[in-house]
Amino acid sequence: MIEIKDLNVDYFGNPVLESIDLNIPLGYSVGIIGPNGAGKSTFIKALLEVVKKRSGSVNINGTDISGWKRRIAYVPQKNDIDLSFPITVRNTVLTGTYPGLKLFRRPGKKEQEIAERCMAMVDIGDLANRQISNLSGGQLQRVFIARALAQQAEVFFLDEPFVGIDLVSETIIVKLLKQLRAEGKTILIVHHDLHEVEDYFDKIIILNKKLIAFGDVGDTFTTGNIRRAYGASLGNVIIRGAGGEAHD
Amino acid sequence: MINLLSDLLDIPVYALNAGLSAVILGIVSGALGSFIVLRKMSLMGDALSHAVLPGVALSYILGINILLGASLFGLLAAILIQFITSRSNIKSDTSIGIILSSFFALGIVLITFARSGLDLTHILFGNILAVPQSELTQSFIIMLVVIAIITLLYKELLISSFDPVVAKAYGLKTGFYHYLLMMLLSVVTVSSLSQVGIVLVIAMLVIPAATSYLWTKTLFHMIMLASAVGAVSGIAGVIVSFRYNLPTSATIVLVGMALFAVSFILSPKNNFLGKGLKTR
Repeated sequence: MIEIKDLNVDYFGNPVLESIDLNIPLGYSVGIIGPNGAGKSTFIKALLEVVKKRSGSVNINGTDISGWKRRIAYVPQKNDIDLSFPITVRNTVLTGTYPGLKLFRRPGKKEQEIAERCMAMVDIGDLANRQISNLSGGQLQRVFIARALAQQAEVFFLDEPFVGIDLVSETIIVKLLKQLRAEGKTILIVHHDLHEVEDYFDKIIILNKKLIAFGDVGDTFTTGNIRRAYGASLGNVIIRGAGGEAHD
Repeated sequence: MINLLSDLLDIPVYALNAGLSAVILGIVSGALGSFIVLRKMSLMGDALSHAVLPGVALSYILGINILLGASLFGLLAAILIQFITSRSNIKSDTSIGIILSSFFALGIVLITFARSGLDLTHILFGNILAVPQSELTQSFIIMLVVIAIITLLYKELLISSFDPVVAKAYGLKTGFYHYLLMMLLSVVTVSSLSQVGIVLVIAMLVIPAATSYLWTKTLFHMIMLASAVGAVSGIAGVIVSFRYNLPTSATIVLVGMALFAVSFILSPKNNFLGKGLKTR
C-alpha cells in the first residue's frame, strides 16, 4: 500500500497540490489523469522527493518512501532528459542497473547481461550502439522503458509515456506494462488524455490540484468525475456554452 | 629527476617544467572540463575560478596552504550562487555574475595588503617561466587525485550529469556531486595559477572538452580525448610561445581554440559542411 497523507506542494508560494490523502494498493496498474496544469507530474515527482513537499508523508507498506527508492523505477517525460549527452543506447539502459550497485561499484558482466535482455524486451537491440540523440520519439521511449526494466524494480512511475510515440512503440510498451502488472508489479502512469483509460488501467486517480476521485476504473471513470476535474480548468467557455448543465 | 631529464633532452629546466606543467594542466582540466561542459556549467566554472582569488590572497597573508584557502572560497562562492538562485527569482546567470565579480573585487583588495610578495599579474595571467619544482609536484598530485575521484565515482558523476532527475529519484545525493565538482574545480584553478592564471583557466576547462564533444559519442571517450586535446594545446602553446616570445597563457588558449575551430568545421557529428551545402 502506498499511503499518502496530507500531501501539499507549492511552487514559488503558489499551491500546486493541496492536501492529498490517498491509499494506493500495490499490485495494480494505476492511471493518473487530469487537465493540463493539474499537477500530475508534480504529484509523482513529489512522491519521489524530486520536488520538495511543503508538508505530508509518503509511506509504502509502513516504511518511508526514501527506503524504497532503489526499488522504484522512474521514467520521466522525454523532454526532462538531456538528449545531447554523449551516451549510447546500451549505456543508457545500463544506467538502470546503477541503483542496485553500491558506491564505487561499476556495472559488470551481470549488469551488461541485464541491459542486453531489457533492450531485447523492447526490441531495440539493433540500436544498442546508437547515440540517443539519433532516435525517434518512440525508440527513445523504449530506451527509457528498457532502462526502467533494468532496475528490476517493484514499483514503476511513468510520466506520460505515450506522448509523441509511434503505434508500434506504444503497442510494445503497453504489452510490457501488462506483463509487469501480471507479475505483480505496481505501475503508476501519468496519462495525458482520456484515451484507452479503461484498457490500460485497473484504477485511476483523477487530479486537479486536489484529489477529485480515486478508485476502480469502472466506478471512477465517469462523466461526472471527469467534468469535475476538467470543467474548472477548461474555463468559462465550456461552462457558459453548456448553459445550466455545468453541474452534476 | 627533472634535472636528469633536462640534461638528457638538453632542454633548460625552466622550459621542461613549463612543458610538463602545461601537459598536467591539460590532462586534468580536460577530464574535469568534460563534466563542466556537459552539466552546462561553463559560466559557473568561470565564476569559481575567479572566486578563488580572495582565497589565494588570504592564504598568502595568513601563511596557510593556498589549496585550502582557494577551495574554501570556491565552495563559498558555489554555495552563495545556489543560495541567491534558490531564495529569489534572480536567475542563476545573474547570481553567478554578482558573485564572480564581487569575489574577484574582494581578491584584488586583499592582494594590495599582501602586495610585497604577491604579484597580481602573475596570478591573473600565469607565469610559466617560473614554475617551481614544488608547484609541479603539487599539480601532479592534484591531477592524480582528480583522476582517482573521477574513476571511483564515475557511475555517480555520469548519472547525476546525464539525468539528475532520475538520479535524485532513486536516492542519489545529487547536491553532493555538484559541490564535489565545484571543489575539484577550485583546486584545479589553483594548480593552473602558474600556467594560465585565473582569467584564462576557464578556457582550459571548456575548450578541450567542447572540442572533444564534437568527436565522441560516449562520456569515457569524451574525457579521454579532452585530456589529450588539453595536453596537446598545453605543450604546443608552450613551444610556440617560447619560440616566438609570446605570452604563454594566451598562446595555450589560442592553440586550443584553433583545434576547436578545425573540429567545428570537420566533425561529422557537427556536420557543419553538410549543413552548409544544404543551405546553398
